[in-house]
Amino acid sequence: MATMTLVQAIHDALGEEMERDPRIVLLGEDIGKNGGVFRATEGLWERFGAERVIDTPLAEAGIVGMAIGMALDGLRPVAEIQFADFIYPAFDQIVSELAKFRYRSAGQFTAPVVIRAPSGGGIKGGHYHSQSPEAYFIHTAGLNVVMPSTPADAKGLLASAMRDPDPVIFLEPKALYRTAKGEVPDAGSAVPLGKARIVRKGSDVTVVTYGATVRVAEEAAAQAEGEGTAVEVIDLRTLWPMDIEAVIGSVEKTGRAVVLHEAPRTCGFGAELAALIQEKAFLHLKAPVARVTGFDTPFPYALEKLYLPDARRTRNAIAAALSF
Amino acid sequence: MELPLRVVLREDGSADPELDPGLDDEALRILFRKMALLRALDEKGLNLQRAGRIGFYIGATGQEAAEIGSGFALEEGDWVFPSYRDQGVALLQGYPLSELIGQLFGNSSDVTKGRQMPNHWCDRAARVVSVSSPVATQLPQAVGTAYAAKLRGEKIAVIGYFGDGGSSTGEFHAAMNFAGVFRTPNVFFCSNNRYAISLPVARQTAAASIAAKAAAYGIPGVRVDGNDVLAVFRVTRDALERARAGEGPTLIEALTYRIGSHSTSDDATRYRPAEEVEAWRGKDPIKRFAAHLKQRGLLDDPEEKAVFEEAREEVRRTVAVCEAAPPVPPESLVEDVYAEMPWHLEEQREWTRMPEKR
Ligand SMILES: Cc1ncc(C[n+]2csc(CCOP(=O)(O)OP(=O)(O)O)c2C)c(N)n1
Repeated sequence: MATMTLVQAIHDALGEEMERDPRIVLLGEDIGKNGGVFRATEGLWERFGAERVIDTPLAEAGIVGMAIGMALDGLRPVAEIQFADFIYPAFDQIVSELAKFRYRSAGQFTAPVVIRAPSGGGIKGGHYHSQSPEAYFIHTAGLNVVMPSTPADAKGLLASAMRDPDPVIFLEPKALYRTAKGEVPDAGSAVPLGKARIVRKGSDVTVVTYGATVRVAEEAAAQAEGEGTAVEVIDLRTLWPMDIEAVIGSVEKTGRAVVLHEAPRTCGFGAELAALIQEKAFLHLKAPVARVTGFDTPFPYALEKLYLPDARRTRNAIAAALSF
Repeated sequence: MELPLRVVLREDGSADPELDPGLDDEALRILFRKMALLRALDEKGLNLQRAGRIGFYIGATGQEAAEIGSGFALEEGDWVFPSYRDQGVALLQGYPLSELIGQLFGNSSDVTKGRQMPNHWCDRAARVVSVSSPVATQLPQAVGTAYAAKLRGEKIAVIGYFGDGGSSTGEFHAAMNFAGVFRTPNVFFCSNNRYAISLPVARQTAAASIAAKAAAYGIPGVRVDGNDVLAVFRVTRDALERARAGEGPTLIEALTYRIGSHSTSDDATRYRPAEEVEAWRGKDPIKRFAAHLKQRGLLDDPEEKAVFEEAREEVRRTVAVCEAAPPVPPESLVEDVYAEMPWHLEEQREWTRMPEKR
């Protein structure tokens, strides 16, 4: 056990898995000598050499396309997209290619690529350094989508992602890179994909969330506790395919659900969560499933604080569910 | 095959008479003042960011000749598709300094309502198109605008700016190829400042130069000394004239150097030797031009100082006004998403007014 930040945990997972598995290569912009703009790959270029830690030209379609080819032929590439906001030039490679290789070849070709991308707001980055694009990838059959919220999960989930037989979009909440600190188990302890984490137990209402808004939910839950409301907080960790049992089990117990994420509201992942909850736990529900989300606008610069869901908005939704 | 490097300003401060664009004294003085203004803006921008008064800043220190030389060649009616580092070009197009600085603050002095992070401005009246972060997205758009002008028979040119890193993108390829096929009135101006964040240009291309790529698209490529304001002006003016005359697009590569870090989020000492930066400081484009002006009797030391002082003062004054402006109103969050506000944004606007309702 060691205490570290979320970005250090990611760094450790990369280093340890690269030691363990010589097929792992990293590729991306500024990941070599510079160690990545967030320093997630700091020192790995020196440690593993320029052939395994590859600084690429500036072209995300090239990065992901090349990673796919590497994976088709036995390597285990981990691509870094500098910001999730710059993943769109690679959208065709991800959606048309990466996600579909297994299906279209009936399993003859598979592309176990991990794409790491710093995601979400909270760093005053405006439109292009703040977006939460998870819904596009959840919507695309064939991709795993993962987003940790603690250093331990970041390390354990990334290790699992690198061992998974299918592609993984690994979204890293950049606002937590240095602000989330915690104990992280030593080498080898992977956290399985597809399993949610119950952050805190409660019997009155379930808040389902992931990534940077987990701490928002915790804050709201702590405040609600002071008023006698017991909030259960679920950190999905793997967004897709998600841990349906954890969510439905909890909602069957509490009868109320609030889904919380930074991404815009319309067609956000929260919409899918709400649909699943009402399909599978309808008779247990005492209130409509509430959504606390970003706005249906491009991610703003000056009004970022207003845009991002916070504890107050989450508490309002909890209160509304309770008083319905 | 290596393209020749175009140079006007020689080591001794004189101008090569063959390539000298023949600007009059007043024009030469304006060029100098604008370069000084751009430098003063960078000094202030970096200081404001360090002091936490703005959130971010991207400078063009060391690239003033490429910025001002090319921007000065633009004429009434021309369009600019800039990258985030081209504030110098925007100012020459008539983008007011007060709006540029207002944008850095993102408050109500920002005509774009604080929507984007610093260095992401625009000005419809000056035909300076909105800056976006994703690299090189502006280049195919520049082709479209040039096509529209051509279709209407307007004799204007459209210039698109990008960096050496941008030349690696699919958008660069699409833009060059489309412009070549459609013979659009475009100029593509690459400020090759040798780095894309930490990566040296050798990591972007194995080609002899970026300008050399033009040949593959059937358009002319030009390499110019990007620290030589007169050479940059000359080749850009020539390319813009070609474009306006219906002779098609040109790719210009200006060889310069990014003296500062990529942005205030970057630390260039991690990946660049100090000696390299020092060597380029010795090739300061403003000093180089000053030497030329002094030789021509258009500038002396006290005047040079005065020009910089004036530039700093203008920036200081403008900062004071912009910084004092109130924040943008919360309900502006949901404006401008569509021409008319749909029901769901009307609903969300209410939430910005009555936070307790959200
Ligand atoms: C598509 C895309 N990928 C990654 C980035 C992150 N990024 C911002 S600037 C930059 C380097 C750009 O270098 P260059 O094009 O040479 O222009 P310069 O900044 O040197 O002016 C990178 C990688 C981005 N903005 N857009």
